Amino acid sequence: MQLFLFWCAALLMLVFGVAVILNRNPVASALSLVVSFLGLATLFMMLDAYFIGIIQVLVYAGAVMVLFLFIIMLLDLRAENLRKINWPATAGGAVVAFVFLIQVLSVIGRLTDAKKTFPPLARSTIDDVRNVGVTLFTNFNFPFQVIGVLVLVATIGVVVLSKRELANK
Amino acid sequence: MAIPASRPNLNWRERAFLPAIVSGLFITWRHFVRYIFGRTKVTIQYPEQTRDADLPDYYRGTPALVKDEQGRIRCVACQLCEFICPPRAIKILPGEIPTDDRFAKVEKYPEEFDIDMIRCIYCGMCEEVCPEQAIFLRKDYVVTGFTREEMVHRKDKLLEIGGVMHGVVLKWNDKK
Amino acid sequence: MYSWLILSSLAKIVGILFVVILPMVSYTVYAERRVSAFIQDRPGPNRVGPAGLLQPIADVVKLLIKEDFTPAGVNTFYYWLAPCLAMMPSIITIAVVPFGSTLFDVPMVIADVNIGILWVFAIGSLGVYGIVIGGWASNSKYPFLGGVRSSSQMISYELSLGLAVIPIFMLVGKLRLTDVVRYQIDHGWFIAPFIGDWANPVKWLLAIPMLISFFVFMVAMFAETNRLPFDLPEAEQELAGGYHTEYSSMKFALFFLGEYTAMIAGSAVMVTLFLGGWHFPGIPDGSHGWIFGLTNIVVFFAKVTALLFFFIWVRWTLPRFRYDQLMRLGWLFFFELALVNIFLVAGILACFHV
Repeated sequence: MQLFLFWCAALLMLVFGVAVILNRNPVASALSLVVSFLGLATLFMMLDAYFIGIIQVLVYAGAVMVLFLFIIMLLDLRAENLRKINWPATAGGAVVAFVFLIQVLSVIGRLTDAKKTFPPLARSTIDDVRNVGVTLFTNFNFPFQVIGVLVLVATIGVVVLSKRELANK
Repeated sequence: MAIPASRPNLNWRERAFLPAIVSGLFITWRHFVRYIFGRTKVTIQYPEQTRDADLPDYYRGTPALVKDEQGRIRCVACQLCEFICPPRAIKILPGEIPTDDRFAKVEKYPEEFDIDMIRCIYCGMCEEVCPEQAIFLRKDYVVTGFTREEMVHRKDKLLEIGGVMHGVVLKWNDKK
Repeated sequence: MYSWLILSSLAKIVGILFVVILPMVSYTVYAERRVSAFIQDRPGPNRVGPAGLLQPIADVVKLLIKEDFTPAGVNTFYYWLAPCLAMMPSIITIAVVPFGSTLFDVPMVIADVNIGILWVFAIGSLGVYGIVIGGWASNSKYPFLGGVRSSSQMISYELSLGLAVIPIFMLVGKLRLTDVVRYQIDHGWFIAPFIGDWANPVKWLLAIPMLISFFVFMVAMFAETNRLPFDLPEAEQELAGGYHTEYSSMKFALFFLGEYTAMIAGSAVMVTLFLGGWHFPGIPDGSHGWIFGLTNIVVFFAKVTALLFFFIWVRWTLPRFRYDQLMRLGWLFFFELALVNIFLVAGILACFHV
């Protein structure tokens, strides 16, 4: 049952991940990415990492992709659809991706750990939410705070930039 | 020219919205409760309750043809109503009265008299213009039908609605 | 054991969806029309059946046999996809809400996951896709404006929605919704400190931030479900119906019912978080007999119904906000209020070591 669900979610992810690149219509690409995220969230949840899975949906599918879609909808989609495919660039990209895939596969093939079967994960007695919180605020407190400051700086930067644009007009 | 509207300066209580929202909620609540306990009676239940008795004398309902006391159609197919009708709802096909007829001096009678009730705007101009006092706006207002064809009132239907008009109708009188 | 879990879950899903939620949706539409009528001093739909109670069925028949019109120039696939996307998330949200204690020792919650409230937010935030895609795929100006308004509005108010519930989880310490209800049974409802040990002064002190939380959450929920005074995405007067202008027949009905399902889901979450869930003082839980288990379910849905009435009542009282007012209110007032509220609760918790 679990294996079947794993393959369902994994296939969903891969198929819609490819669809993101292959679709000519940007809205279709964005929506494929959303479905791909949902598949990823399912995989996380099957590992009992409910928190990470649901945050994946909440942040990426629920907020970030909505903003993406918001911007894409304001574009002229017809011009996007009519744009000619740059075949040499496409072929070059495909070759690079293929070489990268072979590299990854060869590295994994040489890894001895990848051939081992792992014992099943021990079921945690504590909520994974609590685990994440405790880890963040004890072991990784300093990086967490630094990231907080970084995000704050970025936010202020955005506000300053958008305000200056307005003042020039 | 754009006229800038003056906006009222709100004090902090009005700016907080909340008191106004609560008082508004109380107003609607009062209406709700009053209706629930049957203390407001504004609407009537139409097909069962009607206001037919309260219709004013000047009410203009469906136009209809009338007969006189002897059962003759008053209309002489002069087509004045057809010409005056603003939405052109009236169509008359006049027929000739043969010369050997007793009423030969009338000359014409309406062979067909159609009023398209989809077009009719109940203005009453046909009634005003009619020299023979043959067409009247009655107080009927229920004009329904499932097809467009049904909504065209033919001569027999108009006569049926109109019925018989007794005596001289003093239609330039203020009471009609 | 495993098959029993699947069977009971299926029974719960079918029961809650087809016996409770969907009839409730259609009768909420009926209640909306009746209550609005009473508020405006008129009777409302009262012809079909006794007191018009069969009106929803007549509505469904009407919507099903109406012509399903697809305008030229729409993006057909997304045009068909959007109504489904609008209805689905609000139904899925209900999966984590405990709507009763236990019935024959089966817990009355479909999925008791340990991230309950995050699930509600995550799935609820997917609801915007139906509206945005519907507005975009219609290839028409008004629906497009409705979709754009809706996406910005929902993103803005999701922030205050999320921040408003943080004080609760600071008190409870868990995100599981059954734990929230369990906490409220032990300590009294969050916004009603007189239930439970009413002599505890800290509880009365905590009721102040809880009331603020409830207020912010409720207003944000109004905005999330596109209800007046925040129904800008579908403003009839400005946008001729907004994102569902180009839809007809059952596709329109799915948008319409999706909105009401979202209302019910939102009310159910609010009842669970602030109003004690299925708990009512003096009524024991389902372990004391199936009759009490059933009563708990009835109590829960009675509370939901009361909130739904409030939703309708507010709709027919308040006028619509202007768009800049809506954004200013969301970002400059409710966001800050919810943020300050978190510090308030943290301060109280730190001072009194609750």
